[in-house]
Amino acid sequence: MSRVVRVASGQGFWGDWLEAPIRQVEAGPIDYLMMDYLAEVTMSIMQKQRARDPALGFARDFVPLMERVLPDALAGNVKIVSNAGGVNPKACAEGVIEAADRAGCADRVRVGIVTGDDIMDRLDQLLEAGHPLANLDTGESLHAVRDVVQSANVYLGAWPVVEALRGDANVIVTGRVTDTGLTLAPLAYEFGWARDAWDRLAAGTVAGHINECGAQSTGGNCLVDWETIPDLADPGYPIVDAVDDGSFVVTKHPGTGGRVSVASVTEQLLYEMGDPANYITPDCVVDFTSIRLEQVGRDRVAVTGVKGRPATDSLKVSISYLYGYKAVGTLVYAWPDALAKAQKADQVVRERLRRLELDYEQILTEFVGVNATHGPLAGPPDPNIAEVQLRIGVRSRERGPVERFSREIAPLILNGPPSATGFAGGRPKVESIVAYWPALIPKAEIRPEIEILKA
Amino acid sequence: MGVKPRRKRVRPSTATRRVPLLRLAHARSGDKGDTANVGVIALEPEYFPILERQLTVRRVAAHFRGMIEGKVERFALPNLHALNFLLHGALGGGGTLSLKTDAQGKVLSTALLRMEVEIPEDLDVG
Repeated sequence: MSRVVRVASGQGFWGDWLEAPIRQVEAGPIDYLMMDYLAEVTMSIMQKQRARDPALGFARDFVPLMERVLPDALAGNVKIVSNAGGVNPKACAEGVIEAADRAGCADRVRVGIVTGDDIMDRLDQLLEAGHPLANLDTGESLHAVRDVVQSANVYLGAWPVVEALRGDANVIVTGRVTDTGLTLAPLAYEFGWARDAWDRLAAGTVAGHINECGAQSTGGNCLVDWETIPDLADPGYPIVDAVDDGSFVVTKHPGTGGRVSVASVTEQLLYEMGDPANYITPDCVVDFTSIRLEQVGRDRVAVTGVKGRPATDSLKVSISYLYGYKAVGTLVYAWPDALAKAQKADQVVRERLRRLELDYEQILTEFVGVNATHGPLAGPPDPNIAEVQLRIGVRSRERGPVERFSREIAPLILNGPPSATGFAGGRPKVESIVAYWPALIPKAEIRPEIEILKA
Repeated sequence: MGVKPRRKRVRPSTATRRVPLLRLAHARSGDKGDTANVGVIALEPEYFPILERQLTVRRVAAHFRGMIEGKVERFALPNLHALNFLLHGALGGGGTLSLKTDAQGKVLSTALLRMEVEIPEDLDVG
């Protein structure tokens, strides 16, 4: 019987269920708790927060969570791996030490800090050195938006986290480490996998893909027999039970809700999938067409046969830049003729904007309850529909037109078509749009750094 | 033009009926920039050949006509009895630019499951 390493998922994004990591540590034995906090836009939000206050720029929720989790985690010898560090992993690590101090366990906490992903300060030097950081979708050079860049972070893989574990860290906070790397790293460290053990690294990456969205692999957002999925009020988040050859079982703690089935795991495997034979990470290239799934018990799905290929020479860079502004306004129209009234109100708003000679890149109208999610596929609505929500969004490179639009919704209640309500939220909020610029950079340009912080 | 390859002909079933894809498959969708992906998974392994035959790039593109601006790509994962579709230009600019309710394409999954597929009359799909 080969040794099993248990990596549990405690957070699928910044804003996920706060009880999940607590439940993972309390409800049964695990070896590692991984928590993913970073999405494409998250880094720019954090960059903005750090610009206002140099002590910010990380997932602040993580610190109070650590205060709750650490005593039990340390008692159970559970190590924590998270990219909660955002654009300020050092401040996050200091927060963890303070949280451990409040929980009375600071003497036992060794925080590993992984940095080196942030290349914001090196952008000009990299451009000058001939790295175009061209947009992967459009091919444009970064020069086009250089002056409005908000953040630039390289996706690091599992190996810097492995280094931190070798440095005896028991809580690891990173900057932009890949979601999958947070699960792969503990496995590579525990089993001593080589950097060219491509099939094993690919298997650990698949384990990471299953863990990275929390309960989305254990019955959350699962379409199959969704009405019968047990106790979604307390869904068990995924746990990967892996062995040295890379094969693993996806499961969850007994007594929790949710469901681990071939269907639930397959749905997650396909989530945000591109070409399944070429799933590229910093650590390896995974072939998802090689994966075998088998239900091997209640809430237990075995994952075997994963094939991998050598990693590429580049790393992906996630760059964010200021694009423009947008706002979305809504009003609800009631029976009778709910849709016709909403359509008339839309025409009125558009005509008023036209007469004001305001310029928008886009004005998008949706009728929620009729066509907002499935467009024309939804077919004609019930003529007696009880209510329809009019939802108008505008986008512009300039703030002014969006600001003015935000004042054109409320007046409709008194001066537009009848039976309008549902304006409780007040004026539409004008939001700045920070857009995403994916690019590549040669691996040789990037040097991850590891530091261990103790109380 | 060369000689047409001789194909072993499967005896066509006598009668067919049309059902929504929802009866044969489940699905999950997500985003990468302005591209949405829809993974379609057969509810039973024996339904997978039906999906492979009928969910062609052309038919899926026709299904989403007017809703997406770019092309459709298809990848097969026979090991998972699944097909993965990439719908380019499906998200109104994608990410933070999109003004859509479903800016991340989360429910394009069930939009695809509305598609009608033809199945043998005697196939019991529940």
